[in-house]
Amino acid sequence: MCGIVGLFAKTPAVEAALGAHLATMLAAMAERGPDSAGFAVYGAGEAGRMKFTLRPPAGSDADALLARLGIPDSDIFARGSHAVLRVPVAQAEFARTALARVAPDTVIVGTGAHMELYKEVGLPAEVARGFRLAEMRGSHGIGHTRMATESAVTTDGAHPFSTGADQCLVHNGSLSNHNALRRELRRLGYGFATENDTEVAAVYLTAQMQAGLSLEAALRGALDDLDGFYTFVVGTGTGFAVLRDPIACKPAVMAETADFVAFGTEYRALAALPGIESARVWEPKPATVYAWER
Amino acid sequence: MSEPHLVDLAQASVRELNAALHALPAETNERHWQVRNPGGRHALAAGLTAPVTVEIFGHAGYYCAGMNQAASVVVHGNAGTGLAENMMSGRVHVRGDASQSAGASAHGGMLLIEGNAAARCGISLKGADIVVKGGVGHLSAFMAQAGTLTVLGDAGESLGDSIYEAHLYVRGQIASLGADCIEKPMRDANRAELFGKLSEAGLAGEVDVSEFRRYGSARTLYRFHVDHAASY
Repeated sequence: MCGIVGLFAKTPAVEAALGAHLATMLAAMAERGPDSAGFAVYGAGEAGRMKFTLRPPAGSDADALLARLGIPDSDIFARGSHAVLRVPVAQAEFARTALARVAPDTVIVGTGAHMELYKEVGLPAEVARGFRLAEMRGSHGIGHTRMATESAVTTDGAHPFSTGADQCLVHNGSLSNHNALRRELRRLGYGFATENDTEVAAVYLTAQMQAGLSLEAALRGALDDLDGFYTFVVGTGTGFAVLRDPIACKPAVMAETADFVAFGTEYRALAALPGIESARVWEPKPATVYAWER
Repeated sequence: MSEPHLVDLAQASVRELNAALHALPAETNERHWQVRNPGGRHALAAGLTAPVTVEIFGHAGYYCAGMNQAASVVVHGNAGTGLAENMMSGRVHVRGDASQSAGASAHGGMLLIEGNAAARCGISLKGADIVVKGGVGHLSAFMAQAGTLTVLGDAGESLGDSIYEAHLYVRGQIASLGADCIEKPMRDANRAELFGKLSEAGLAGEVDVSEFRRYGSARTLYRFHVDHAASY
């Protein structure tokens, strides 16, 4: 089970309503993943600034956290159980060090110039409401509804997983060689926050891209190196990509119009999108990388 | 013909639609039903037993027209996983594409897909006839036992893997044949059978039966062979 959704806007109108569309799409996939939900939204960002999406311990005050961090020219806003810290790019490493020192219990959920990433346990519609997803705008976004199989129902185990700036991954399926691959990646110096199989896939892709491969080439490498069932949707600062395992174990459907490209585990996730009646709707082929860039 | 019965799934539930269709006796006069706003919902028009026509305008979800008997179901759109799975008789016609496992385990009737079918089309086929105007995905007709699969386009990898006695006719390219599936000579009886299925699908005269090649079981996997007696 599990449900994945993705939306890539081609027009300002879809960008303005991106969060509202994603919220509807996530809610439509609740039956496939009632345990937890999460989403990444890519916005315009601000030149020279970096965003940290944070999950502070429950009951924390975002402004007090900002004051304790003492990062020059920074600001913060709370959104549901998460907060977004914005700092100058030059202060990004200082921010990371300060967070580890001043707020060791605060989890860095994701970082990037464009990406904000939110995830929480609970029904998808409630998670979306808690983060006010329907108000958000952006160029593209991906989301996930989780029915846990390989690890516990926790916020850390919810998708998307982000292991690189402006990179995130959602996964439907289960990997069978994640323990061996995690050991290999640890040996290369990569850290892991969970025992989750999807996190291994996310770190694998980050490692491949840090080694110089394009997202498309990294995903082609995944076909050889990852064993198991998967439909992946990967978000980057400029677009998203889709990959299904060679036997197409997990379902997937895509739709494209002049206004958007959309991905859903099932067509139900796409059924409410504007103009879907006349969209080109198709099933992505197995072992084939599909990518959209702006 | 009387006015069709209209069911709008923006208002009614799938359960209400299916319950109304299941309540129809074989001799019903309410023979034409139209379904609007399917929205990819699952199990639309599944389990029908009366000889009625159900037209679905839009995309259907999983298991559409599953277990069909006697009815004719037309989807003016695409269909999700398990279209017409375990169909016993009747006719299912999809104007667009079908997702994986279309016609799985179908015992009888005709399944016509105008677009492409995804992986595992006709898996474990037990006697139905499937005609696909586009291509079929990998592992189609896997362990197919009886019936026919006719493909006007191309077939994906491992066509007819571990096949029993179903007849496969493909006009386009085949990525690869599965275990124990081989090309067989096209005999007159096969051409007649193929022409019959194409005619049932409304394609008589549109395609030439001589353009198709035939595939079936080499019968080395499931047949008892005396030379292998010690292995049993």
